[in-house]
Formats: sequence, structure tokens, C-alpha cells
Amino acid sequence: MIENLTEIFTSPHYRNTLPFIARGLQLTLIVTFTGVFFGFILGSIFGLARLSKSKIIYGIATVYIELVRGTPILVQALFLYFAVSDFFGINFDALTAGIIAIAINAGAYIAEIVRGGVESIDKGQMEAGRSIGLSSTQTMRYIIWPQAFKRMIPPLGNQFIISLKDTSIFAVISLGEVTYLMRQYVSTSGDPFIPYIMLCFAYLIITVPAMIILRRIERRLDV
Amino acid sequence: MIKVTDLHKSFGKVEVLKGIDAEINEKEVVCVIGPSGSGKSTFLRCINLLEEITAGDIVIDGESLTDPTIDINKLRSQVGMVFQHFNLFPHMTVLKNVTLGPLKVKDLSNEEAEKLSLDLLGKVGLSDKAHVYPGSLSGGQKQRVAIARALAMSPKVMLFDEPTSALDPELVGDVLEAMKDLAKEGMTMVVVTHEMGFAREMGDRVLFMDEGVVMEEGSPENIFDNPQHPRTQEFLSKIL
Repeated sequence: MIENLTEIFTSPHYRNTLPFIARGLQLTLIVTFTGVFFGFILGSIFGLARLSKSKIIYGIATVYIELVRGTPILVQALFLYFAVSDFFGINFDALTAGIIAIAINAGAYIAEIVRGGVESIDKGQMEAGRSIGLSSTQTMRYIIWPQAFKRMIPPLGNQFIISLKDTSIFAVISLGEVTYLMRQYVSTSGDPFIPYIMLCFAYLIITVPAMIILRRIERRLDV
Repeated sequence: MIKVTDLHKSFGKVEVLKGIDAEINEKEVVCVIGPSGSGKSTFLRCINLLEEITAGDIVIDGESLTDPTIDINKLRSQVGMVFQHFNLFPHMTVLKNVTLGPLKVKDLSNEEAEKLSLDLLGKVGLSDKAHVYPGSLSGGQKQRVAIARALAMSPKVMLFDEPTSALDPELVGDVLEAMKDLAKEGMTMVVVTHEMGFAREMGDRVLFMDEGVVMEEGSPENIFDNPQHPRTQEFLSKIL
């Protein structure tokens, strides 16, 4: 115990994990940004599909959203990386699989954010747009979407933070992001305590500033 | 110019309009009065196809609104609508609110659209507000912007859905002035209103609606001074 306490002050792991964190975080961020970017495109399409009057389009979107939201992202990643690639004979590398998994997963949650955002805009806006002769697509594009998007920013920011943390599960498909690298570090050094504390900090230096920025944007949007 | 024949409108099982016949002539100002829930607003919204017509027909300038091949967007661009709650676009400046239609529907150039819009904003007395956002305007100013926005499409007819009902009393006057100017220029107007003063002064004809039908119609003098139908008498005795 005493030995463990002194380790807190003298551990070499603080310094030694830094290169792993730097390298791993890079990949973590690449997967998160690219994944959420494509997730936003998917989410916009399926979110608008959920508002469609066509039962078929609505149905397809609902199935996608509920399938994704009803299964753990760990299972989705395993399915994509091992099952899909095996069945179709496509060989994804872990990075591609990770990006696709985040895109599909975040896409479903973002679809609900998009639907909520568009639904929150007063019906009178659509009517006013239509009444000056704009088509429903034009009204969506020039009037509804810009207003809805503003309201989507806070939940989109939250989703970004959630997806960033979700990338840690890609350690199971050997994607060399920060969690994976730290596990390797621990298995070679045999010393888990400080390295995993450092891993927590690795996430926190991204998520805490992100939350602070988000809260600031939220406050500004309120006015 | 507008001919309404046996117009019915139901929301689910509730029949709101139970057979309306009406005719609105060019350059005429027709005021629609009646108690809440009488179907006045629904009637007006049917003319713009904001509500689907359940049965019957509306013909505007020879074009039937129930004709499935009709270009709804083109029709709507010729029928201006002013809403009770203004429905300005809050993320655009006042000027952009007005230029949007001319730019995207009439395909005017930027300069043409801006010139037209500034003229119209001048007409409703809001030239100095062109570059502010609707959020900083009073209700009366907002409604005048909404009028300018509708006029920017050079509509053949203007529909007003209780344009002053959401306004503070002291702001009603400016909006009514703008509407009077419009009427004097010969705009065809259908006005759903609780402003009996406006109906009496500017209306060429007044329709009294109740329970989904037009109960009585006539000149403002006849309706206000000599109502025939007991429901009209009852309604007017309550509000005058």
C-alpha cells in the first residue's frame, strides 16, 4: 500500500504513456470526426425521412433507427468487422470499420435530433413559405432547415462527445486508437493504475473543453 | 374573380365548412366576420390551398383549385396571405424576408428584388427597418412587413387572416392604415377580421359566417345597421 502510494509520485508511466496518448488520440479524433460527419449526412436523410408522409419511407427510416438504437455499439462493431466482412468477403480494415460503425450509430441518433429540430419549428413558417409560392423543398431549404439546424447544434455537440467515447470500444477490433494502445501498454508494463488514469485524462482533455464550448454556444443561441 | 361553390371542409369527422358559396369580384374588399369557430379562417385558408378542399370547388381567374394538374406553387404566388401571427422568417433580415419570394419564385435579379422590396417597405412605412431582424420589431411593424412580403409577389388577391388580432390595441391602427392604402389602390382583398370599424369603412361587402356556412351577406350598412338573420343580430349585439 505504502509502496503504491509512493508510486503515484514517482511513476515513470506519466511520461512514458504520453507518446501513446498522442498517437492514439489522433486516430480517435479521425474516427470520431469522419464518423460523425457521415453520421450527420445519414441522420439528415433518415431524420427527414421520418417526417415523410410516405409510409414506406417513414417505415424504412424507423427500422434503421430502432435497429441501431436497440443494439449496443459494441455488437454493431463486431457485426460489421467480423460478420459482414466474412459474409460478403469484403475486407475492411479496422479504421474503415470503425468509421462506418460510428457513422451508422451516430446517424440513427442524429436522425432523431434532426426530426426533433425540424418538428420544433412553428408550422406557420412552412405555411408562410408555401404562401409566397415556394415549393416544399425550397421552404425546407431556405426557411425550415436554417432555423432547425441552429436548434440542433447543442444535441449534435452532445452526440459528438458520445461518439468520441464510443470509439474506445473499437479496441476489440484492434483499431489502434487511444484505448487500444493503452491496453497494449498496460499488458507490456504490467502496471495498470497510472496508465489508465492517463487514459481517462486523454478523453477528458477533449470532452471537457468540448462541453464548455458547447455550453457557451447554447447560451448564445438562447438570446 | 374568385368563385366558391358548395365548399366543404372536414377535419377527420368534424365538418368545419358545410357548403359555402361566395363570389369575390376584382378590386372588391370582402370582409368576413363571425364568432370563433365559425370556419372563417378555414374558408380563407382553403382559397390558398393551405387546407385541402374536401368537396366543392374554388375557381380563381378561371383556374379550378381542385384540378389535379394545377400548379399549386404558381397559384399560391398569385394569392397573397397575411397571417394572424405574422409568420415572418426570424433568421432573415426584414429585407430578405421580402426579397425571398421574388428571388426564388419570380426569378428576379438581386437588384430588381431589392429595389421592389425597398419600395414596398417604404409603402408600409418601414424603409428604416430593412436591415434589422424581425425579432426587434413591434407586432404592428411585423405585420406590415408581412404585408410587404406578400405584395412582393404582385398577387392578384390578398387574403388577411385576422391580421390585427394578435396586436396590442395601440398598434392596430398602423396595420389598418396599410390595408386601407392597399384597398384604395384597387387590390382585391378578403379580410377575416374582428375590426368592425374597418369592415364598415372599407368593406364593399360583408359576409357573416357561423356554424360553417355564410348566414348572411350584404353591404356593410345592411349587415351592421339592419341585420336580417337572428344569428347576425345576436353576434353584432354582443360585440358592438
